[in-house]
Amino acid sequence: MTTANTNAIERYRNNFLKEVEANVEEGHMVKMCMQCGVCAGSCPLGPHWTHSPQKIFMMIRAGKRDEVLGSDSMFMCTSCYNCMVRCPRQLPITHIMHGLANYAHRLGLAPKGQPTRDFATLFWNNAIKKGRVNELMLTLRHYFRGGLVSGIKEALGMQSVGLGLFMAKRLNPMEIFGGHGVKDLKGFHAIVAKAKEIEDRKKGFTA
Amino acid sequence: MQDARHQADRDSRTGTAAARPVGYCEGGELPRIAINARNFAQAETHLPGQDIVATCAACWLSARESKERLDGSAQLLKETNEALAAAGLHYNGGANVRHMVEVLIEDFGYDGLKAPMKKSLEGLKIAGYVGCQTNRPFGIDGESFENPMYLDKMVETLGGEALSKYEQKVTCCGGALAFSEPEKSQKQIRDIVESAYDHGAEMIVTPCPLCQANVEVYQSEINKKQGTKFNMPVVYYSQLMTVAYGGSAKDAALDGQLIRAEKLEKIAGK
Repeated sequence: MTTANTNAIERYRNNFLKEVEANVEEGHMVKMCMQCGVCAGSCPLGPHWTHSPQKIFMMIRAGKRDEVLGSDSMFMCTSCYNCMVRCPRQLPITHIMHGLANYAHRLGLAPKGQPTRDFATLFWNNAIKKGRVNELMLTLRHYFRGGLVSGIKEALGMQSVGLGLFMAKRLNPMEIFGGHGVKDLKGFHAIVAKAKEIEDRKKGFTA
Repeated sequence: MQDARHQADRDSRTGTAAARPVGYCEGGELPRIAINARNFAQAETHLPGQDIVATCAACWLSARESKERLDGSAQLLKETNEALAAAGLHYNGGANVRHMVEVLIEDFGYDGLKAPMKKSLEGLKIAGYVGCQTNRPFGIDGESFENPMYLDKMVETLGGEALSKYEQKVTCCGGALAFSEPEKSQKQIRDIVESAYDHGAEMIVTPCPLCQANVEVYQSEINKKQGTKFNMPVVYYSQLMTVAYGGSAKDAALDGQLIRAEKLEKIAGK
């Protein structure tokens, strides 16, 4: 168990709603949910999650901390914003789901090996390295995430697509040498580090 | 938040990946907002008084959302500026963030888009696939979330025929989950392409670069796995405009298609 998680349990005891309000992006809006279920019916990945946003919000109020933070539901969000524009109480549902995913990930409680959790982590690290996304390396690292053998298998399966994109000049093979970046990369990294430091301090992620 | 209009995104000169869509694990709130604010600060300094215009739906959404959050919270602005100070930057709250489609529809207008036309896209039946992020949560002024009409009007302005019915117009293509959850996303893509076929479309047009890539690129995968025979060209709206304005197939980057848009190439070659 991470220190941040132990500290959070100690600090908020049985008041999980309070914990979410304090530490999850837009978490203060959770209590506005009136349980109508429009979000659940609007989600393109509806058949695939364990808990709908509606259920997640009620579970937060009911103090189901382990079930919420261990749920795969937040990682099924495609950021289509359908639930958010339809919500009659105007909850920023998409942002709350992202916020919960981030919080569960940072506490080490999010499901291990969840493909979107892993891809999101890859994406962020890839984007932050040079300040721009290196699409070739992102793709390669994604396919080889499970090791060499499964990577070769998966990459071969997608070979025609990759080759097609390459032939159409939509995937630059030279990006394998590190790719392009932003000006003042040092400054860019300093901004990200400082922002993370402030956020970690506020949300209790620092040991 | 849904009602607030007219803000923006990523400057191509200072452009940073706006890592909202799938950056939510490692990134977090302030780092995400700070990298957007870095772009705003650069735009304020180097291009004072000018709008920031994004061509990517996700970049627009991420930047505009960050800007609205910063506009709405003095505390967040203070913390963001603390982070920016690490690189000697400061954000004063300016720099309007807009999507290119907003500029075209709201500033130029349909008559303005018609003016430079050299060729009509007459005879082309086109499914206007709007998708998610140019439509929700911000969208184009005066349009509905459930049935936005601007893309169809744009097609008709250029002389093409828009579908009067297209159930999958605002369906999600799976977005970044096309990578991490291929089966689930390909179900979405299948619906989008199938509905276009059902209504007799000859190609799909979209204002979102990721929709364009997902809906075009994965058709061969879906064919392989599900025995369909999809071969539906998917183009970006600017490719239609280029051809209508007299550009060649190469000017319109039609040589970059995985599924060739032959009818559009033919018009371009006339």
